[in-house]
Amino acid sequence: MSYAVKSLIEGSKELIAFRISDQEFCVNIMSVREIRGWTQATPLPHAPPYVMGVINLRGAVLPIIDLSARLGMKDAEPTARHVIIVSQMKTKVVGLLVEAVSDILTITEENIQPVPEVSSDLERQYARGILAVDKRMICMIELDALFPDQESEAA
Amino acid sequence: MDMNEIKEIFFQECEEQLAELESGLLKLNDGDRDPETVNAVFRAVHSIKGGAGAFGLDDLVSFAHVFETTLDCVRSNKLEPTQDVLKVMLKSADVLADLVSASRDGSGVDESRSRGLVKELEALAHGEMPSSSAHEAPKPAAKAAPAPKAAPAPAPAAKAETPKPTDDSGFQPIPFSFDGFGEDEEPAIEGSVYEVSFKPRRELYSKGNEAALLLRDLSRLGEMSINCDTDALPALDKMDPEASYFSWKISIRTTKSEDDIRAVFEFAEWDCDLEVKLAEEASSNEELPMVPVPFDLSILDDSSASDEDEKAVQSSADETVAAAVSAAETATSVTKAASRASEKKESAAAAAAAAAQNNAAAAAAAAGQTIRVDLDRVDRLINLVGELVINQAMLSQSVIENDATGTSAVNMGLEELQQLTREIQDSVMAIRAQPVKPVFQRMSRIVREVADMVGKSIRLVTEGENTEVDKTVIDKLAEPLTHMIRNAVDHGIETPEKREAAGKNPEGTIKLTAKHRSGRILIELQDDGAGINRERVRQKAVDNDIIAADANLSDDEIDNLIFMAGFSTADKISDISGRGVGMDVVKRSIQALGGRISISSRPGHGSTFTMSLPLTLAVLDGMVVTVAGQTLVVPLTAIVETLQPEASAIHSFGANQRLISIRNSFCPLVDVGRVLNYRSTQANPVEGVALLVESEGGGQRALMVDAIQGQRQVVIKSLEANYTHVPGIAAATILGDGRVALILDVDAVVAASRGQSMKPEMSLAATG
Repeated sequence: MSYAVKSLIEGSKELIAFRISDQEFCVNIMSVREIRGWTQATPLPHAPPYVMGVINLRGAVLPIIDLSARLGMKDAEPTARHVIIVSQMKTKVVGLLVEAVSDILTITEENIQPVPEVSSDLERQYARGILAVDKRMICMIELDALFPDQESEAA
Repeated sequence: MDMNEIKEIFFQECEEQLAELESGLLKLNDGDRDPETVNAVFRAVHSIKGGAGAFGLDDLVSFAHVFETTLDCVRSNKLEPTQDVLKVMLKSADVLADLVSASRDGSGVDESRSRGLVKELEALAHGEMPSSSAHEAPKPAAKAAPAPKAAPAPAPAAKAETPKPTDDSGFQPIPFSFDGFGEDEEPAIEGSVYEVSFKPRRELYSKGNEAALLLRDLSRLGEMSINCDTDALPALDKMDPEASYFSWKISIRTTKSEDDIRAVFEFAEWDCDLEVKLAEEASSNEELPMVPVPFDLSILDDSSASDEDEKAVQSSADETVAAAVSAAETATSVTKAASRASEKKESAAAAAAAAAQNNAAAAAAAAGQTIRVDLDRVDRLINLVGELVINQAMLSQSVIENDATGTSAVNMGLEELQQLTREIQDSVMAIRAQPVKPVFQRMSRIVREVADMVGKSIRLVTEGENTEVDKTVIDKLAEPLTHMIRNAVDHGIETPEKREAAGKNPEGTIKLTAKHRSGRILIELQDDGAGINRERVRQKAVDNDIIAADANLSDDEIDNLIFMAGFSTADKISDISGRGVGMDVVKRSIQALGGRISISSRPGHGSTFTMSLPLTLAVLDGMVVTVAGQTLVVPLTAIVETLQPEASAIHSFGANQRLISIRNSFCPLVDVGRVLNYRSTQANPVEGVALLVESEGGGQRALMVDAIQGQRQVVIKSLEANYTHVPGIAAATILGDGRVALILDVDAVVAASRGQSMKPEMSLAATG
């Protein structure tokens, strides 16, 4: 039974989990278009530090976001083992640079725990919940909340 | 295909017809008297009317009908297409366009305007054809038809007053009632008798027209008698069932005009020999060998009756013909010679029209076949070809890397592939290339309307309207051009009084030119108005804090101030004799197209705006350069020259400015790496290459890059699609190695460097 069918039956959803530094995050699999290896990006002038540049995705110009930097952690130093999660945000397609994809999770709403009260605005802005899977903690993030500027421009 | 789709096709065709109409009228306006031009104009209106009728667009039909009637007068040489006449017609074409778009999207139209024009058009038509003023009598008609009710006597006088009309009905003012149609319905003792000869051709039947129905329609116009000429009918065994053998002679007594009679045959007129004339002529031709065959009009009401069973039956023939003859004899007091002469003229005109029609058919065939293609499909093809070009380049590059000798069969094949790809790309681009004509035509309407509004008399001269450019460019050109034309009419050209006072032709001229120049399209908008009032522009700029009060600016720089944002606000426009209304908006939209705009002005002689635009928005010829380890593409069109600076040519200027001396003139040096934040310190100019670029507004800058890699055509990829606009970067492209390279926005880089350098220069000027 495919994930999609399963999720329909059980009212659950699929998430794709990935690693940045030593933390694990996940996003809804429906917003992920493809996963590909890291290639050198062309830097963009005057771009925010977390925008690594643009790459050629079969003829389309795809901006690459260093998710580590965007989430307030240290800048990534991409290697050949890093991967890019190509995801759809509203009308735009962007690539998220992460260290590795770790898992595909099937969860239901009750698996999601609320985000604990933390002082940082940044975490509250993107975190949508916390999952406990095999003693690991996975933070579920909302992609659209990560790039509110782009969202408004796309609209 | 449902009705809406068919309707949509009709509207698309309408647009083509409207364009045809306008260009024809403009040709006539320029003195073209080719009957074919008149015919083309007539056909355009006629087709719109025909289609509109099929869709029940009554407003459109009724306006088109009036328009057509007037055009028909021109076509048959009854109305001289003078400038005044054409002015009305051009306006009518505008209204027709409005009505078409109103029918298309259900928007409202300025009804008073269209009503006014209907009156004008009718006046034109009637002014020369008094007899057709059966239902209305506008003022101009009164001159030619001075006859009071039921007094046909002054007919010769009317004829004498209007020597021009060749309409043989001109000599017979018809007594009519202005009070309404009710009286016309009364048994028509009044009215004239027309002799109609109608000989359908084979095509008439093959197109599904039906002679019996036409005759029935005709019978509604008045009392008529019909004779069928069956002489051409062959023996039964020789008969072709699809051929046309019958012809009819109809004598009809009606209060309607000749045009109304012709209108019955409107949709069949190309497929039959039709002659309509007043019975007076007929009376002299009574010896025509005609076999009157009894004809039962009632069968005409039986729509199932096919023409093959049609028995020509004469009904009430005797009294009608007799009445006709007597009416003709009593009502006409014109000599036969006069009517003969007019008859001759008319037949000559008819012959000319027929010849022109043949020419038109030939021309239409020669014009070549076209198909309508959804723009999306073309765009998809263009995108795919773009991918193909990139892929081909990537393939070439990897082959070259693995085969240094460059002689293998693979290499040769690749070279051919490269040529083919280039050819495919060119052909695909050619699909999108369209002449700028439609945009230019729209401008002539704007000139007319705005000139009317502000009470000026302005002529728009267009040149090079067949210059081809990519459709996307054309679409985006209309808006800024409209703005500029409005400005030119409103502020550029002076009022007729002022012009006369200045010793100029009271009629202003705006010239719109398009031409190709070095891979770009150059559009010039030239007016012969007063030019820019530099004093006031300068003052305005100082008031608005755009320049310092003591800034030292050249005339050119002052002229170009009007492009500055916030230079002028809408309510202050009329205070300034020059321009400046939203010109920053114009400039921005031109820049968004990858274009440049500049102005040159001569006080008292007018201003010229020059726009240079890329031919296509899909590909670009660029110079590939390296800056701080990054590969950038600089549009080739921006580069004037490249040079290797020598240390002695570099001069420091102020705190952190550097100038480079080129042939004894000094030009600011701009480090692209600094502007784009690729490096934190300025590179040593001697180690790099300087690209001398010309930014809009005239000024030259030397852009410093590290090295030049070469020239190539690149496919433009949008950065905005997935990201946002990047300052200093126009777009992106994909190079042969599959990597993304950014395309430099030269004007933005220059502007950025100017923004940094402006203040020190100003303060220097102030202290100096």
